[in-house]
Amino acid sequence: MRVEQIAVFMENKSGKLAEITSILAENNINIRALSVADTADFGILRLIVDDVEKAKKVLKSEGFTVGITNVLAVEVPDKTGGLASVLKAINNEGLNVEYMYAFVNKTGENAVLIFRFEDMDKAIDSLQKEGFTLLSSKVICSL
Amino acid sequence: METIYWEEEMETLPRAGLESIQLKRLQKLVERVYNTVEPYKRKMDEAGVKPEDIQSLKDIQKLPFTYKDDLRDNYPFGLFTVPMDDVVRVHASSGTTGKPTVVGYTKKDIELWASVMARALSCAGATKGDMIHNAYGYGLFTGGLGAHYGAECLGATVIPASGGNSKRQITIMKDFKSTVLMATPSYALNLAETMEGMGIDPKSLSLKVGIFGAEPWSENMREEVERKLNIRAVDVYGLSEVIGPGVAMECLKSSGGMHVFEDHFYPEIIDPETGEVLPPGEKGELVFTTLTKEAFPIIRYRTKDISRLFYETCSCGRTLVRMEKVTGRTDDMLIIRGVNVFPSQVEHVLMGVEGVEPHYQIVVDREGNMDTMEVRVEVSEGIFSDEIRVLENLTKKIQNDIKDILGVTSKVKLVEPKSIQRSEGKAQRVIDNRKI
Ligand SMILES: [Zn+2]
Repeated sequence: MRVEQIAVFMENKSGKLAEITSILAENNINIRALSVADTADFGILRLIVDDVEKAKKVLKSEGFTVGITNVLAVEVPDKTGGLASVLKAINNEGLNVEYMYAFVNKTGENAVLIFRFEDMDKAIDSLQKEGFTLLSSKVICSL
Repeated sequence: METIYWEEEMETLPRAGLESIQLKRLQKLVERVYNTVEPYKRKMDEAGVKPEDIQSLKDIQKLPFTYKDDLRDNYPFGLFTVPMDDVVRVHASSGTTGKPTVVGYTKKDIELWASVMARALSCAGATKGDMIHNAYGYGLFTGGLGAHYGAECLGATVIPASGGNSKRQITIMKDFKSTVLMATPSYALNLAETMEGMGIDPKSLSLKVGIFGAEPWSENMREEVERKLNIRAVDVYGLSEVIGPGVAMECLKSSGGMHVFEDHFYPEIIDPETGEVLPPGEKGELVFTTLTKEAFPIIRYRTKDISRLFYETCSCGRTLVRMEKVTGRTDDMLIIRGVNVFPSQVEHVLMGVEGVEPHYQIVVDREGNMDTMEVRVEVSEGIFSDEIRVLENLTKKIQNDIKDILGVTSKVKLVEPKSIQRSEGKAQRVIDNRKI
């Protein structure tokens, strides 16, 4: 139920994001979700793509530092209260969130929340117990 | 493993005995130099010091330093203390920045050099049974001939391979069953790569130890050359102004550093700014006085090499002081808010942080009247994280370590790999933007 996410180190320089996304595009790698976390000096680009290994390989060959981490993708209806229901469950279960970001699937019916938890095993158990759907990499890429 | 000595008595002399020999030799040297070399006499007179003022080893601090410029000013033979009839050989260092520096040897000097080099070879475990492959360049450079005479003095078989034609050297090493390699560390790596290209497994050779010197090399390079050539790699130190290779040598049991053959070459560590002698163990500029050389003795020569001295007896049994592997040059020294900072110290801090690779750059600037130091560190996979917090903690840790160890506040900035400028494969370590 874990989804592989690719993380790329970026200096805070204009054009870096465009450079990375075009490298992926040139190699026919589709980006399903993306988020940037940054500080005054540097940023971390986090990506869900359809071919993690290939993305890592091409970015590394272009000189980027790349890491792969596991995240959870939680599907919620894209309507009022959808996000709140997940956050409430997380709070009830006492799960610590390292970071999160979201995207909406093509049909626009459901939102997908990407979470990185401190304790991933516990998070999987808790969210499944609360009745949430965790998406696999395969499903996300077909959305 | 039993320690192999060349001159066991001298190499294991208790300090008191050693120091009394050093003092006697120093007194004789100063007297002779004062009375035979005009430039030395002039400098001593200016400093108001006479040969009879040398009553203890500590009195050496009264003597003026000798700089490379003194050698250039007295080019070519102005600092020799014997008639040219007694000089049997000269060597010269390349004069990339002006005139070359010339040094001379009497017959006895050549014998001394061979014997200290034989000591050095023994430190590396070499004996007369060894086949010594000498790939140091032969010529005006002291490396080739210095190592050669030492190997012969030891009674080993020496292959005077000199530099160049790596394929042929490897064939010789294989066919002659060379057991000891002497070369610059970069040439040793070149040999390893050539060997790989020729499809020769280093394990099929008879090499057991490599004696490398004549250029600075890091612990990383040591690890690489040991792995690639399947040998032990040990460090030799020397410079032509003192004698050539054989001034100091690492032993196989080294508890860190190279044994200085201090019965002939007296070392001091000084603060390069003030010239003050520093206490044992402190880092500073290495200064040498040759106690026994005839043709070209030198007093308190400023090597510009940064090192430390350790006086504890080594586990090999030698009492001779050990000098730390040279970690930099005073030319590289930065003064930041009054604190002496060597790029190598920053490198050392970075190497101590797990996962950090030594790809860094120091940028010095001045804001108002304050110097600022920024340390740029390339983010390798070993330290990268998808979490901002982890990377921020890492920069804080490096900043704290630099503050603790160097005593200077810095800002650590993480940068992308390969973003630090490299020229001819060598990274530019320091950018000083201060307009002073
Ligand atoms: Zn030792």
